[in-house]
Amino acid sequence: MNLWLGLILASAAVYSWKLIGFLIPTKSLKHPRIADLAALITVALLSGLVGVQTLVSNSKIELDARLPAVLVAITLVLFRAPFIVIVCAAALVAALLRVWF
Amino acid sequence: MRTSNVHTLSLSVGIATGLYGISFGALAVASGLDIWQTCFLSLFMFSGGSQFAFIGVLGSGGLLSLPAAVLSAWLLGVRNGFYAVNMSALLGSLGLKRPIAAQLAIDESAAVALSREGDEKSKGFWLTGSYVFIFWNLLTLVGALLGSSIGDPKVWGLDAAAAAAFVALVWPRLRGSRMRLTGFLSVLVAIVSSPYVPIGVPILLAGAVAVLVWLLPERAKA
Repeated sequence: MNLWLGLILASAAVYSWKLIGFLIPTKSLKHPRIADLAALITVALLSGLVGVQTLVSNSKIELDARLPAVLVAITLVLFRAPFIVIVCAAALVAALLRVWF
Repeated sequence: MRTSNVHTLSLSVGIATGLYGISFGALAVASGLDIWQTCFLSLFMFSGGSQFAFIGVLGSGGLLSLPAAVLSAWLLGVRNGFYAVNMSALLGSLGLKRPIAAQLAIDESAAVALSREGDEKSKGFWLTGSYVFIFWNLLTLVGALLGSSIGDPKVWGLDAAAAAAFVALVWPRLRGSRMRLTGFLSVLVAIVSSPYVPIGVPILLAGAVAVLVWLLPERAKA
């Protein structure tokens, strides 16, 4: 498969999800049960991303500098720190831990 | 998370996410794409998870792994469809702006929109989507140009920064025992399944957790 063809196919495939989501009639989605499912799925997917990005690398579970960094982030979230502070603090903690150990 | 101003929040999210684009650009070049191909992905695929999955698979297996790379990107992109459904209901009728809104239906814009109240929901979606698009693409180009000199995003703690960003975005949504249960189980399922299924699938399994919780009776709704 040609690399450009792969790039175009993959981009179109991802865009198709987005467009399908927007083309489903919104009326059917005003139903509370459907809105509830959509909210639950959003939380589930974002939480899944947190889990994978904190503890998984190359399909293996790995304890490394990311975990303490995320724990710092959670602490800062609890103290209602601004978003950018949370993100930068996590990067700093992970980077420093990797320099020191 | 202090969320007094939707514009400030959107800009912060845009810059924070955009910074991650530097590592995407650099890693994409390292995985064998040229600068144009790298920028093409950020412009047209525009979904961080799918983009990283694409270059990750490609980098590990070369051109032979291209079909797998396409499939991984597609699988990981399914959540954009769910965000799109959510955003479509929230934004109302859009007319010709719909294809543009669709492209901007990503983790960050959906999360910001859902963390706001009233008409700030739609504002949060458009602002965050636009800022992320601008910074993500600009910094993808910067990263691609820097090439392998920045190399491993781990050295910069960028992998942890991405995780922290999602923590900050999902936290305000964890209201009530039902949402917390969903969040907890999703983290668990995604982590535990990771060694056994292809890249991208753990996130889909986490999504399946939501469907299971949804099917349970709503006694515990707070």
